[in-house]
Amino acid sequence: MARTGRRTPPAAVLLIAPSLIFMTALFMWPLVVGVGQALVGPDGPTTAYLRRMLDDPYFWTATRNTLLLVVVLIPLQFAFAVVMALLLRERPRFAGFHFYIWVIPLAISDLAAGLVWLSVFTDRGYLNSALDLVGVDGYAWLSYQNPVTMFIAVVVAELWRSTSLVFVIVVAGMQGIPKDYDEAAEVFGATYWQRVRHVILPQLRPSLQVALILRTILALETFAVAQALTGRNLPLLVGETYQWYSVQLNPNVSAAIALVILAVSMLAAAGYLRMMRDATEAR
Amino acid sequence: MNRRVWVQIACVAITLFMGVPLYFIALAALSSRESLNRFPMPMLPTDPSVETLRTFLDTTGIVPGFVNSLTVGIGTIVLSLLIGVPGGYAVARYAFRGRGPYQMFLLLTRALPIVVLSVPLARIFLNAGLYDTTYAVTLLHTALALPTTVLITAAIFVGVSREQEEAAMVFGASPLKAFLRVVMPQALPGIAAAAMFTFVLSWNEVLGATILTLNQRTLPAQVLTTLSDSPLAYRFAGGFALVLPAVVFIAIMRRYLLNMWGTTLR
Repeated sequence: MARTGRRTPPAAVLLIAPSLIFMTALFMWPLVVGVGQALVGPDGPTTAYLRRMLDDPYFWTATRNTLLLVVVLIPLQFAFAVVMALLLRERPRFAGFHFYIWVIPLAISDLAAGLVWLSVFTDRGYLNSALDLVGVDGYAWLSYQNPVTMFIAVVVAELWRSTSLVFVIVVAGMQGIPKDYDEAAEVFGATYWQRVRHVILPQLRPSLQVALILRTILALETFAVAQALTGRNLPLLVGETYQWYSVQLNPNVSAAIALVILAVSMLAAAGYLRMMRDATEAR
Repeated sequence: MNRRVWVQIACVAITLFMGVPLYFIALAALSSRESLNRFPMPMLPTDPSVETLRTFLDTTGIVPGFVNSLTVGIGTIVLSLLIGVPGGYAVARYAFRGRGPYQMFLLLTRALPIVVLSVPLARIFLNAGLYDTTYAVTLLHTALALPTTVLITAAIFVGVSREQEEAAMVFGASPLKAFLRVVMPQALPGIAAAAMFTFVLSWNEVLGATILTLNQRTLPAQVLTTLSDSPLAYRFAGGFALVLPAVVFIAIMRRYLLNMWGTTLR
């Protein structure tokens, strides 16, 4: 007989238990193992893997490229997404069709996006073909001798692929803005830009904040786009973990770089949350 | 020119930017090798051919990769629903202590980069004898999909009337029966949508699948690992094969998009 006095666990706990156990097993456990892989060698704690990582010139190039990509891509992409959402708000003709085309990249992987843009930017690809048709000489966009255009190609491909996510979040946010605010501002003679600046954007704030944190973390993980477009000519941090794991067969250094990515992601998220809190308090 | 015309022009310009690359990859994948080698490349489908696509499909590892991707995708849907739906139901129906922290925990796990999990998971799976199986990839993808599954299904269950469920129980149905007969039929369209999102997540995930397998590659993992020593025609065909499901998926799902990705993300 069951012992009396022990309460049966409430139904809710039973319902969430499987997911809690599963997430702990597949998130917390690997996290602990990963820290061990990066910091513990066969003879106890060691900094050998970290030093090996820091001594690799590719690591520093990859860090610089990754941060540069985030700094260039995120502002461009947010401006682009807000413009797209504002355009759709004007109820253009064929709005449904435009919306469909604009959100297709939402379901496209970064590898596929890289391959799509490879057909455009490669030496004998569609961009150079188009230039040739109008009598302009082609250009080696993806050559390692042209790091600037190589970087631009990756930014364009990422802009194309990942702006849809921001766009959808912004559109959903805009649907939550009561029409009367905007109409009231219009009645009182506010111009379109004044309304965007002082009525619409402030209301979009919560949506933009979430999108900003999400996209920054995802942008730090950019990898397959650059791999497809440039191979290892434009190294990125996640690409380096892949390189160390699959090519150099060194999971320890790979785990160390992964921890760096985790640390940068956490720092970015914490920084944003802090900035947002300060901004709210200042108001 | 008036403003409406400018809005139209801007919309068309953005649609071209978003759509033309898709047209190009389809064009490249459906061209013969001979016309891919021409320069300038033909911009119109003057001689469509399945030669490039057929060569791609005949390459070692592509068809098995396709099958593995499907296996992993379907496995991920089943597993994430089995584990996630009860969680979503609990969040929607019970005001239990720890509901806030539970949701916070789920949100936090979504912020973890995949790469941080993949490398140590490879070792864990190696020890457990799961390395290089579709099960390993399914487990990783389920972990990635689960937070979203819980949050989306919670949003769906909130929309299903509590009174009907209680009425069924008053008339003698067990809680499980009331759930299966009354709640599930109403929640099914939303859950189907959540399942499709899960599938796309799994279909698109490259890095983890690459690190956790050697022979049992999913399609994107197979394409990625053979990228550097493959001809351009193979890469274009690979890109097209990966893009095609996305176009179809969005066509089916666009009505749900704003509710799914838009609102639940906030």
